[in-house]
Amino acid sequence: MRSLWHQLEPLLPQVSKPARYIGGEDGMQVPRHGSGVVSWLLTYPDTYEIGLPNQGLQILYEILNERADAAAERAYAPWSDLEALMRTEGLPLFSLDTHRPAALFDVIAFNLSAELTYTNVLNCIDLAGVAVRAAERHDADPLIGAGGHCTYNPEPLADFCDFVVLGDGEEAVGDITEVLRDWKVSRRPGGRAGVLRALAGVAGVYVPSMYRVAYRGDRLAAVEPRYPDVPAVVEKRTVADLAEWPYPKRQLVPLTEVVHDRLNVEVFRGCTRGCRFCQAGMITRPVRERPAEQVRTMVADGLRRTGYDEVALTSLSTADFSGIERVVADTVEGAGCSQVSVSLPSLRVDAFTVGIAAQIQRARRTGLTFAPEAGTWRMRQVINKLISNDDLYSAVESAYSQGWRRVKLYFLTGLPTETDEDTLGIAELARNCVSLGRGHVRSPSVTVSVGGFVPKPFTPFQWFGQNTATELRRKIGLLRDDLRRARGVQLKWHDPAATLAEGLASRGDRRLGAVIERVWRGGGTFQEWSEHFDIARWQAAADACGIDVDSYVYRHRTFDEVLPWDHLSAGLHKDFLWQDWRDALNEVGLEDCRWTPCYDCGACTGYGIEHVVASAVPPAGGSQGTGTDNSRGGEIPVRLLARAGAGAA
Amino acid sequence: MSGPRVRVRFSKHGKVRFTSHRDVARIWERALRRARVPVAYSEGFSPRPRIAFGLALPTGYSSDAEYLDVEVDPAWAASIDNSVLVGALTESLPAGMTATAVAEVASGELSLQHAVTSCTWRIDTTGTDARTASEAVARAMDSRELLVERERKGRRSINDIRPAVHTVEVHPTVTDGVGLTDGASITDSACIADSVGHPDGTGFTDGVSLTAELATQPQAVRPTELLASLHPPLKLLRACRLHQWITTDAGERREPLAVAEMSVAGAGVDS
Repeated sequence: MRSLWHQLEPLLPQVSKPARYIGGEDGMQVPRHGSGVVSWLLTYPDTYEIGLPNQGLQILYEILNERADAAAERAYAPWSDLEALMRTEGLPLFSLDTHRPAALFDVIAFNLSAELTYTNVLNCIDLAGVAVRAAERHDADPLIGAGGHCTYNPEPLADFCDFVVLGDGEEAVGDITEVLRDWKVSRRPGGRAGVLRALAGVAGVYVPSMYRVAYRGDRLAAVEPRYPDVPAVVEKRTVADLAEWPYPKRQLVPLTEVVHDRLNVEVFRGCTRGCRFCQAGMITRPVRERPAEQVRTMVADGLRRTGYDEVALTSLSTADFSGIERVVADTVEGAGCSQVSVSLPSLRVDAFTVGIAAQIQRARRTGLTFAPEAGTWRMRQVINKLISNDDLYSAVESAYSQGWRRVKLYFLTGLPTETDEDTLGIAELARNCVSLGRGHVRSPSVTVSVGGFVPKPFTPFQWFGQNTATELRRKIGLLRDDLRRARGVQLKWHDPAATLAEGLASRGDRRLGAVIERVWRGGGTFQEWSEHFDIARWQAAADACGIDVDSYVYRHRTFDEVLPWDHLSAGLHKDFLWQDWRDALNEVGLEDCRWTPCYDCGACTGYGIEHVVASAVPPAGGSQGTGTDNSRGGEIPVRLLARAGAGAA
Repeated sequence: MSGPRVRVRFSKHGKVRFTSHRDVARIWERALRRARVPVAYSEGFSPRPRIAFGLALPTGYSSDAEYLDVEVDPAWAASIDNSVLVGALTESLPAGMTATAVAEVASGELSLQHAVTSCTWRIDTTGTDARTASEAVARAMDSRELLVERERKGRRSINDIRPAVHTVEVHPTVTDGVGLTDGASITDSACIADSVGHPDGTGFTDGVSLTAELATQPQAVRPTELLASLHPPLKLLRACRLHQWITTDAGERREPLAVAEMSVAGAGVDS
């Protein structure tokens, strides 16, 4: 076993937060490497603090290490201070578990959760001592893989990745391991090209080098397989039943502070609320709930083992979990100790949800966060976030009346059809929330957090031309002016320049690779971090590569345009997405298919799977876009489209 | 309004020594819960476990003598089996951190922060030889003042640390101890083992080792400050806290919790 620890150790006193490089977490594994074993270095291309809690990475870490033919370790991007020392000292990227050099692994697999980490991916490959361009790699080099939500448009990284996995990784990593193991033990037939060809045949695996890209003029014309045995369309992987995957069983407990530093238990995967801006909700369908009993066991075992006093029940909308009240109550009681707190990220906006929050956060009632996403009901119908103003007000009033003093509201600006009235609606909601709060607490505060909207692949908004950075700045300016004298309201916003760069990487095609490489070569790492981000790097790189940023980011696409991800599939019919896009423009909402008839988006029917939901009816609380009132109060004026074919599954 | 306190002594060696004081506090909160110690919580809106840590150990230093005081449920305190608890705590701690003694603290005993008056450090240096170092130390011990520059809250000041430097001994060689750094082989000589060693496993030969007792009151003197105050200044390789001392007004010196021969059972405590 080769360890770089003795070379790393003298560098650690010279860097900030050295504990992020030592490993040694509870739950860490020291796997055995060997000739019949496929070794994976699961790498998060951002700092340890951001990357360690990533549940996807931890799940695959355990699943791989349970296999006799696989060994998995972890790596994270070293912060700039250590990177500089590593480059001076000739120290390569290393695993945290055994401080093994990255280049000794068979696979370096990246988790892609955010577009602005792409330059870090290149930096990590380079730090590993591997050529950043896949075409320049040698037979003995590790394979560079990627998974995670961003892989639904992997084209900007196509020149750098040997393979990409679409969808749930639980089963795919096993299939890939088997292909690599057989290739290794049979003396690597066909070399690197041989194994890549074999990987292209694994369901859910996309091998960019096996596809030819054609352009017509400036536009993408086609991405087509080079060989007949390579699939024309790569379909995503979906695990049918979460109950079979109770992972992580031994969540890693970091020795130093990280984000989300608590026990995390995933209660369901997928979401069919149908928010049109939300890529996660579109690509992770259908809804697959974990059995409540398994949730209870995972919570109880996890708390006992880790010593955490906080558990998060995670999902895209946890209040939608069937019987959430019971599960939450059991969690609090089962912990046998009043000091355990339960957190529910992604709260639904209604009073019922606040009631659950009150039940579990007896102490520490400082802030509560909601995401109405848009300022007016019209705008929320466009994006299919079907929350009425009353839903929000009753949620906020409920929060203040039960002791919370701070409410945080998340909004998007730059949404399709957005008018200044919609933008200013954000300010009005915020002011009204503060007024409601005055009835209950001395100095209520509302923090309004505004992000610029970036259209994402495999959403109904994938054809929409993103707002320019100038336009986003103007809208933020409108809000600033309007809220200048609003007491109790704090406005925060995301840098429109970063939104622009994200938009570029989000819907770019293979030609974007040159831009990303140039930004990286110019020193542009950690672009997720405002102190490192610089739009001038991106602009200069695009100019040098002859890339028209405006055309990639701001241009509306038409239905017949070939999209860079058309040869990939999240199961969603393109017709469905287009129809949903038309519905959006017509301000027509669409119900949650979990509790209503199927409208055949394709995610279930295409793969022969279905929702796994314990309750046949929607949970209580708010209007929830069903057009009916689920708690109390008036009718919600949702106009639901009567679609041909709806219900005729 | 304070319940019985249990004092825990622990060591910190190997990779885990790169965790910060704050990290160690969090590690202990989790370890106590894992070991099912019924820690008392503060009242109010945000209850916090009542745990008091002693003097912060600089990140990267190792130690044989770290302490914390934990306020516990009175009923539970009466039934503690010290050796069982020591084992349970160690099992709940990460590799490299070891509980070495526990005992109930007499009511009325000062907090660690206030009680501890000095620490003994093992300070390994690099880039010097025994003669140079011995002469520098002798000069320092003979001088009336030893000035160091400190920066506190953005204000610089010159301080005389001579009164705080009780004893300094120079040992001609830095002991080899390479290869024990992954926390798997922590022994009673673990401080020696926290080497930043050479890859060839030979250890270091171009430095000397000091043993120094430095006062912690009115203001703690750091090993690096001692090294910087010497002429010529010495360069730190690694440091390990060997002891913390409580000197009473009568001049009696004792440890907050003694570890006899580093054996955990029957740890003596003054009460």
